[in-house]
Amino acid sequence: MPEKYHINTTSIPPRLPRIGKHGVVDWREDCARCHNCVKKACVYDRHRQETEYIRHLKDVDSLFFDCMGCFSCVQDCTKGLLCLTINPVYEQLGNSYWTPDIILSTWLQAETGKVPVSGAGYKGRFSGPGFDSMWTDMSEIVRPTRDGIHGREYISTSVDLGRKPTVLSFDGKNLVNVSPPLLSMPLPLIIDKKPKGYNLPKLEPIFVETAARTDLITIIDADQWPLENIDEDRQLPHVAFFLRPDSPGVPKEVLRKTRLVEIADHDGVTTRMKKLKDIHPEIVVAVRLKLDSQGVERAVALAQEEDLEVIHVVADLNGNEIGAEKPRFIKDMLRQIHTTLIEIGKRDEVTIMAGGGIALAEHMAKAIICGADLVTTNLPFMIALECHLCESCETGFSCPAKLEHVPFDYSVGRMTNLASAWHLQLIEVMGAMGMREVRRLRGDVGRAMFFEELEEQTFGKLFGTRK
Amino acid sequence: MENFSEPENKFDNILPENTRKTFVPQVKISREIKPAPSRYRNEIAKYIIRRSNDDCIQCGKCENVCPYDVHVLKPGYKYFAAAQSHLCKGPVCEKTDHYCVALCPQGALRMVENPMMKALGDYRWTADMILATWRMATTGDIPSDDFGFDYQCGNSGGGFDRLRFKFPDKPPVALSEDDIDIGIELNRRNDGRLRIRIDVPWYGGGMSFGSVSNVTQLAKVRGAAAWNTFSCTGEGGYMERMKPYDDYMITQVATGLFGVREETIQRVPIVEFKYAQGAKPGLGGHLLGDKNTPAVARMREAVVGIPLFSPFPFHSVYSIEDHMKHIDWIKHINRRVLVSTKVSTPTDVDMVAVGSCAAGTHIIHLDGAYGGTGAAPDIAKKNIAMPIEYAIPKVHDFLTSEGVREKVTLMASGGVRTAHDVAKSIALGADGVVIGTAELVALECVRCGRCESGRGCPRGIATTDTELAAKMNVEWATQRIINLYNAWRKELIGILQRFGMRRITELRGRTDLLIHLDYSHDGAQKT
Repeated sequence: MPEKYHINTTSIPPRLPRIGKHGVVDWREDCARCHNCVKKACVYDRHRQETEYIRHLKDVDSLFFDCMGCFSCVQDCTKGLLCLTINPVYEQLGNSYWTPDIILSTWLQAETGKVPVSGAGYKGRFSGPGFDSMWTDMSEIVRPTRDGIHGREYISTSVDLGRKPTVLSFDGKNLVNVSPPLLSMPLPLIIDKKPKGYNLPKLEPIFVETAARTDLITIIDADQWPLENIDEDRQLPHVAFFLRPDSPGVPKEVLRKTRLVEIADHDGVTTRMKKLKDIHPEIVVAVRLKLDSQGVERAVALAQEEDLEVIHVVADLNGNEIGAEKPRFIKDMLRQIHTTLIEIGKRDEVTIMAGGGIALAEHMAKAIICGADLVTTNLPFMIALECHLCESCETGFSCPAKLEHVPFDYSVGRMTNLASAWHLQLIEVMGAMGMREVRRLRGDVGRAMFFEELEEQTFGKLFGTRK
Repeated sequence: MENFSEPENKFDNILPENTRKTFVPQVKISREIKPAPSRYRNEIAKYIIRRSNDDCIQCGKCENVCPYDVHVLKPGYKYFAAAQSHLCKGPVCEKTDHYCVALCPQGALRMVENPMMKALGDYRWTADMILATWRMATTGDIPSDDFGFDYQCGNSGGGFDRLRFKFPDKPPVALSEDDIDIGIELNRRNDGRLRIRIDVPWYGGGMSFGSVSNVTQLAKVRGAAAWNTFSCTGEGGYMERMKPYDDYMITQVATGLFGVREETIQRVPIVEFKYAQGAKPGLGGHLLGDKNTPAVARMREAVVGIPLFSPFPFHSVYSIEDHMKHIDWIKHINRRVLVSTKVSTPTDVDMVAVGSCAAGTHIIHLDGAYGGTGAAPDIAKKNIAMPIEYAIPKVHDFLTSEGVREKVTLMASGGVRTAHDVAKSIALGADGVVIGTAELVALECVRCGRCESGRGCPRGIATTDTELAAKMNVEWATQRIINLYNAWRKELIGILQRFGMRRITELRGRTDLLIHLDYSHDGAQKT
């Protein structure tokens, strides 16, 4: 059996006091000191831990511990003094897209490297905007392939980046057309460059080491070169430099050690690509394209450029069309790009990377179903370092997650754990679908169900027009 | 399709001699409704009464005027005990002549909405819904409107929560409670097997010993026995203590075959094949190692402390023909048994259902994506398979168009939380429903979702830890479930009364009686 892709993980607890969803408020002045809450009611022993925490308190970071929200202490308190509330710190995490639940889940994955598991069924909304308006399918008695979850070790999450020739030409027994370079990735995930708006310290060495340990690739702005303490032979194959139109780039000998490079979309894309190929013929070149009002059309146009290999379409951080008053979501734009490329017969020739709004592992699977070959993301890896996405750093305020003092091993370990958790979750959904390869998931909307379509098929015919 | 609609071989003449119907004396459980108050000292209330001890002069006025016993000054005590706020009717009281807050001569009382309501519940199970279910389990009755519980719908923003019934201004006929029958038949095949009729259009879903405590399992089946319906073992073995209720048990066969033996299949009236489950469609079952205690391991014939997987899928089933082979296997082991096929809701669920019907199943159990009680990966709970609200009409319509709808009983589960959800499911096309979480909530589950971690449920419901399981006793838990069933029965009867229907079966497929709040109902309905 060939060696399988596996990410080694180890539990890495948070540096800072945990921020839970619930907090217990008590009024100690009326407390009977019966210790029901401490000794009997709380099976998690949280009250005792809280007392210990306060005793050794150095900073008033958060007085809320990791209460499990079971109400046992509230209901067993002899005097009825305890009250369970939603932790206000929890409520302040993230924003409307990067919800507190997403941040908490990401923290858990970064700590454990495992798939988040909970009981009591689904608690969320019926559906929602964006990726929440689609469900992935599962196979029942009749399956597309014969490998269910029982064969999960056989599920491949590998994808290829590069241009794929549609035909091979032979002269007798010899292949005559030159195959473009192809880069194989064990997981359809690239760690994107640090987003704008976050005035963070240099996290690039951490991104690079994480990519090296997980056998992934991270995109680094070429302006950041030279990187501190870089082990060029080991780490550069896991770095893709992003070159702006006016960027001088990186030294040739550095570029030659990388496998992927990204250039910003501009009029001279083809010329720039040729120059890069002249330096390093085996490198795969991606073109980074903003998904604004012209993004879809531009992606389709680029795909028709001869020798173009990879198109990296990027929506805003929330997955929305950039600069639009009523923005389309990335899943819809991806479907449009994918189907248009199929119609003009170009889809199999180019690779589509999709970024923006990829917040959870499920978004990776869903973006691929909508037509991407692989996804790129950055914020989840920052959240792994306990970032609150508060954007305080943008305005110069101090970072509540103290990212300026983040330890290297801790950071790489948490990011590695997160990548592993995403890998395992991708396997979970693919196992449920009965899919053997993530390559086959690309654009397979038959393996998904869309809210609008289900509503129309089910309720539209019963109740008329949806308001 | 013509062949399988023919009656199967008649087994009447050979039953029951070649079938080991249970020899264990069956225990009858009374359906009597009795109060089963909370097992916790402080019940959670929607509105709470706050008393200023500085201002209160213990005159007893509040105790005298309150007809609901909210205020208690125990004999021999100087101060009032904490208010029984869960009995308080809230703002409704303001317009009455017994509003304690207004009548307190010292102005020492205040009524406020409980700030904990925000922390209790979620979009699907709102705090009001949980409190109302607790109230039903306590009293066996529908909570009075005065409590202000908005419990008939959740807040998920779709599916059942946006559907409402379109009641006529007044009932077409006046029907008394006794005129209305909410029972359903489970065997529609005329195949000589058991004719099973349950008195309520639901039965309890599969929860294995391991995922829940033996007290929970026993309470579920005892409640089912009282109401002449069923409960399911789940896939975790058949406890000795459940054998006095064999006649009300469904035993489950899933891929792990934990606790499945010929004897367990032969003793029950219904066997359920679990192909998939709504909590984690397509992922199989998974009991975490911490919950695999010596008792669980003994029951499942496994090693203590290791995680137990019931892997998806059945590797002996890759087609409807293979599925038929499974059903035949069960039918030959137990010649009186009915077979239920539990599937989740993929996009081709209608094809799966009609195939299963062709294979000879008696009951098709659709378990929708948002259901489940046990531990499951979050990614699966939210994202895999379609919600049950879409699957029911899809399957009902397809079975009808194939001409086999009357040959099979369609049971739905996965997010059925209230009697109103039951009625909506039936109006969408199901014959009945399977419930799970509602029963656990009746036992005072708060849906904290910690069923999977460590020792399991801190409320003692979904745990195998003996200390935690001891937080409940069987008699109390049984009564709570009996009471909940009674309240649901009353609600269903109330709905049928308003429609002037004598039988719940008349409601099946009556989508014309529903409205959807997100649709225009502009007459643009398509056929």
